[in-house]
Amino acid sequence: MDLTHLILSILIWVPILGGVAVLIVGDDGDASSSRADGMRVLVLLVSLLTFVLSVFVYSSFDTTTADMQFVERFEWIPELNVYYYLGVDGISAPLILLTTFMTPLVVIAGWDSIRTRPAQYFAAFLILEGLMIGVFSALDGVLFYVMWEAMLVPMFLIIGVWGGERRIYATIKFFLYTFLGSVLMLVAFIYLFTKTGTFDLFAFMEAPLGMTEQKLIFIAFLLAFAVKVPMWPVHTWLPDAHVEAPTGGSVILAAIMLKMGGYGFVRLSLPIVPDGSEYFAGLMIALSLIAVVYIGMVALMQQDMKKLIAYSSIAHMGFVTLGFFLLWSIDSGMGAELGMTGGMVQMISHGLISGALFLCVGVLYDRVHSRQIADYGGVANTMPVFASFMVLFAMANAGLPGTSGFVGEFMVIIASFKANFWFAVLAASILVLGAAYTLWMIKRVIYGEVANDDVAELKDLNQREFIVLGLLASAVLLIGLWPGPLVDMMSVTIDQLVEYAGRSKL
Amino acid sequence: MHGYHLTIVLAPLAAAIVAGLFGKKIGRAGAHWITIFAVGLSFVLSALVLKYLYWDGGHAENYSVYTWAVVDGLRMEVGFLIDRLTALMMVVVTFVSLMVHIYTVGYMHDDSGYQRFFSYISLFTFSMLMLVMSNNFLQLFFGWEAVGLVSYLLIGFWFKRESAIFANLKAFLVNRVGDFGFILGIAGIVMFAESLDYATVFASGPAIAAQNIEVISGVPWNAMTLICILLFIGAMGKSAQAPLHVWLPDSMEGPTPISALIHAATMVTAGIFMVARMSPLFELSETALAVVVVIGAITAFFMGLLGIVQNDIKRVIAYSTLSQLGYMTVALGVSAYGAAIFHLMTHAFFKALLFLAAGSVIIALHHEQDIRKMGGLRKYMPITYWTALIGSLALIGFPGSAGFFSKDALIEAVRESHWHGQGAVYWIAYLSVMLGVFVTALYTFRLFFLVFHGKERMDEKMRSHVHESPWVVTGPLILLAIPSAVIGWFTIAPVVFGNFFGTSIAVTERHDVLAQLGREFHGSWEFILHAFQQSPVVYLAAAGAVTAWYFYLKRPDLPDVISKKLSGLYTLLVHKYYFDDLYINGFAAGGRAAGKFLWQKGDELLIDGIIVNGTANTIGRLAGILRQLQTGYLYDYAFAMIIGLTLLLGWMLWF
Amino acid sequence: MIGLQHYLTIAAVLFALSVAGIFINRRNLILLLMCIELMLLAVNFNFIAFSRHLGDETGQIFVFFILTVAAAEAAIGLAILIVIFRSRRTINVRELDSMKG
Repeated sequence: MDLTHLILSILIWVPILGGVAVLIVGDDGDASSSRADGMRVLVLLVSLLTFVLSVFVYSSFDTTTADMQFVERFEWIPELNVYYYLGVDGISAPLILLTTFMTPLVVIAGWDSIRTRPAQYFAAFLILEGLMIGVFSALDGVLFYVMWEAMLVPMFLIIGVWGGERRIYATIKFFLYTFLGSVLMLVAFIYLFTKTGTFDLFAFMEAPLGMTEQKLIFIAFLLAFAVKVPMWPVHTWLPDAHVEAPTGGSVILAAIMLKMGGYGFVRLSLPIVPDGSEYFAGLMIALSLIAVVYIGMVALMQQDMKKLIAYSSIAHMGFVTLGFFLLWSIDSGMGAELGMTGGMVQMISHGLISGALFLCVGVLYDRVHSRQIADYGGVANTMPVFASFMVLFAMANAGLPGTSGFVGEFMVIIASFKANFWFAVLAASILVLGAAYTLWMIKRVIYGEVANDDVAELKDLNQREFIVLGLLASAVLLIGLWPGPLVDMMSVTIDQLVEYAGRSKL
Repeated sequence: MHGYHLTIVLAPLAAAIVAGLFGKKIGRAGAHWITIFAVGLSFVLSALVLKYLYWDGGHAENYSVYTWAVVDGLRMEVGFLIDRLTALMMVVVTFVSLMVHIYTVGYMHDDSGYQRFFSYISLFTFSMLMLVMSNNFLQLFFGWEAVGLVSYLLIGFWFKRESAIFANLKAFLVNRVGDFGFILGIAGIVMFAESLDYATVFASGPAIAAQNIEVISGVPWNAMTLICILLFIGAMGKSAQAPLHVWLPDSMEGPTPISALIHAATMVTAGIFMVARMSPLFELSETALAVVVVIGAITAFFMGLLGIVQNDIKRVIAYSTLSQLGYMTVALGVSAYGAAIFHLMTHAFFKALLFLAAGSVIIALHHEQDIRKMGGLRKYMPITYWTALIGSLALIGFPGSAGFFSKDALIEAVRESHWHGQGAVYWIAYLSVMLGVFVTALYTFRLFFLVFHGKERMDEKMRSHVHESPWVVTGPLILLAIPSAVIGWFTIAPVVFGNFFGTSIAVTERHDVLAQLGREFHGSWEFILHAFQQSPVVYLAAAGAVTAWYFYLKRPDLPDVISKKLSGLYTLLVHKYYFDDLYINGFAAGGRAAGKFLWQKGDELLIDGIIVNGTANTIGRLAGILRQLQTGYLYDYAFAMIIGLTLLLGWMLWF
Repeated sequence: MIGLQHYLTIAAVLFALSVAGIFINRRNLILLLMCIELMLLAVNFNFIAFSRHLGDETGQIFVFFILTVAAAEAAIGLAILIVIFRSRRTINVRELDSMKG
């Protein structure tokens, strides 16, 4: 039976149903019971199966067309013209791959470090994975919105149940911040529905809209996506959420959930309200550059490793939004696609790098139970292998050529020079700031004399941790040394996106 | 030839990976054999490439190895441009690297990070080769940053030392400030030339130079000037030109072999190489060249002065490196690219030699680096002594040594550079390089006399242990001493005055000082005679050496007296012109203070405190007031219901 | 002649009394229940009065319904009252303020 045409549904529902199955299997209330072991194997198999299926999507992906591929369309709520409508193109397929790549890693990373309610923990991740794939493949407004909001629930639970001391504050902040934004997105969808009579995103893209309408819709989208990215000044939920989240939660949050914001901008804002986007492009560029410089400086002073990486994420995501909104500042010639591609590559790369850094902090946290930089020092003495990995990821975070962190930054800086010299100057300041905060942390944590007894007793990576970090390191280096395949996958879609965003609807 | 090129680059990389990842399995001997073999292979093949290009009359090759990515019509590739400039750099890099590999076997033999060290230096060789062999800006930047990475790792090689990990962070950050300019320069090139490929960019050079860009609105700047200055900021970081020089003296915290390889012979000259490689662009902007001259001249003279007051053997040589890099930069600024590369080559040999000799002294004295605790080592370490003497003579430009030819040619070129006008730029450059000769001789022989001659100032126990280093250490010293002594004789004619570089370096006719000098050049011997007859350089150097002899051997009490008399100047020099204080207490502390302010006042107080939690608190307070209405008594609710009902009914009846 | 308005007036008076009883009475829960019964009676009064006036029996049928419901309600109300008394040892309305905000 050929299920190719249903592959996206399979990708969404395999992990969700797998999650339900995991809940049914359960863990006997004891993380070391044989039942819990079996449950973990099941979780791993489900997540690996999902990954293999997504590789199939990648391998049969046609990079020569900007059309949606693997499209599925079924009636869902016929009264409102709502469809169960899925499909992927060059900007969503890489993000789906990122999702399915990160989830097994998170599963392996949490293998024995989660002692309370492991079945629920893993089930939450599997369900979350399905929902995230759903967001990336939904082509119907209602379906998109449902997936978008449903995604909050497992993450809310992951932080709220398995989080740190201030988890309640962090979860509520996380939930309210993100919910506030997304409700406005729903309002925008409903308005567009009244205009077009459907929730089809492509119909939205074709709908003629006046300037005022476009501005308002853009603001509604902006609030939804800016919170997710997060852009300055609606970023303050992120450091709290990251600090309180368990390692796996931080990884998924940084690696994939933040990408929802960037994805929203390219999937919805730019093509649906091009004139509104143009009107606000200056603001978006300003906010992005503030994120790079301001947040870069804030990151410098963080005492908590997770907070530092969280702030660094905000600064790096500033590059994503900067790349997306340079379009209108570039008069002619090359640059627009370069910025857009740079932003997309930066999303993928940031997913890998920040995920890896959070896993590194998790490795230390599992052993010493502290995230404070001051509690470490001289880790390289007792954990040389780990130190090598952490330095590699730190360098990638600082945008070293040869790692994926460089690719996006390079393209965006080039594009921003074309737009305006000062944009490029501010954007390029990440070369100095990014290196400063990341390597200063490395200096204080990894290098130096053994700081205390906890560090002296550290054991180097076990096999499981080695596999996880090794896979991430390979991915970071692969994209850094040869971004060609990734870029080719996106290029046709980005061509079309630039064209859509460049035409006026007035 | 393509197979050669790939092997040259990939052999050190493969060796680095093997030594790094499987260091434990292959053991110490395995690590050094595999890396030495790989670098040796690279050296031999590089020499063959040079032979092919120069003696066999082969053609320069420019080709792409693979396409990194294509976006928006911008091809980003990894490829090689192998011409004579590249080939010369390849030979210098692989030769010095090979010497350092061998030397390391002796120098690091009791270090626990032995395999790691070999892995790093092989990785460095790979990165440096990628840099010099690149045919496009992307790969140039890759190599540029990769050598910076390895430099970072190697300065912090002894990562337990607080000073080492401070120095490596500082080196990386200061370099990043340079790279900040560099990447903007590359972005500018892409903006105007829409390509990263050297050949295409150089071809569109005149078109770029014809355009203006308004950096500050209303003030048009020549695009080429802007691009070249931005690129040069990158060179200032990597080649440690003032005011971005502060990292290089601190980088001496790294093991001595890498001070020789990275922080003297190769990596720090990447900036010089880059400007020479970009000569078709720099030639189009005299303003940019004037900037290059001034920065180089300031570095050449003022950094040399600092060498006189330093007491750490490696730091003296480090300041000397700064000063010599300044010389090369001045040469670039007067369009004497050939002279700059020539000095780069001779400097690579004699400075690596000096560093390795210093390392030999340091291991003999069990890691003592203070020259005040040395002295009289001549009789204990004859080979080190003689090789260090050759190196020192080459450094001060003793007639006939390699350094003489390169420095004299360079200074002559500066003197001829009238196209900069007779104004400040010309005189700053000329006076700096002239006076710099005296300063160079002074600090070089101060170091030499304090270490090898005079009273033995180490303690008794130490003295009994001092002995000559093993052959793996002295061997490279001798092998480096040979080119330091004689290579100038053979190479000055083709490299500086001949047509060695061919098309790889472009000079406009008006700027071509070397061609003007070349008309009066009649062989190396004549060149030496000419120097004695017509130039004060040789005499200045002699005066410097004699001054050093007088102050540090004849009357060792004098330096103290002078430093007390000139205490203001002395303090200024000891504090290195307060650059470090400015950067650490000014920029770094300012950045941290700004970060703290933005975090605590911006994020925590304003956004989180007032806006986010403030909203939550306001709603909470409002709710606190409203909850007073909920008394909990049935009769109050009933009363409210009745009132509400009455009002509702009343409203409905009324309207 | 006793007309419709007389019946309605009595019903209104009864209703007003019961309403006043609900919120003026601050002591006894039983009084509250009685006031509610009284309110229902006032409604019944209106139903009967209108039924007679309009010649439609439906109103009278409703009265039976309401009486049944009122009886059931009184039973449940008393049961609740007893439960409250058991748990709180009082049926004083003033002390029943667990819904206070």
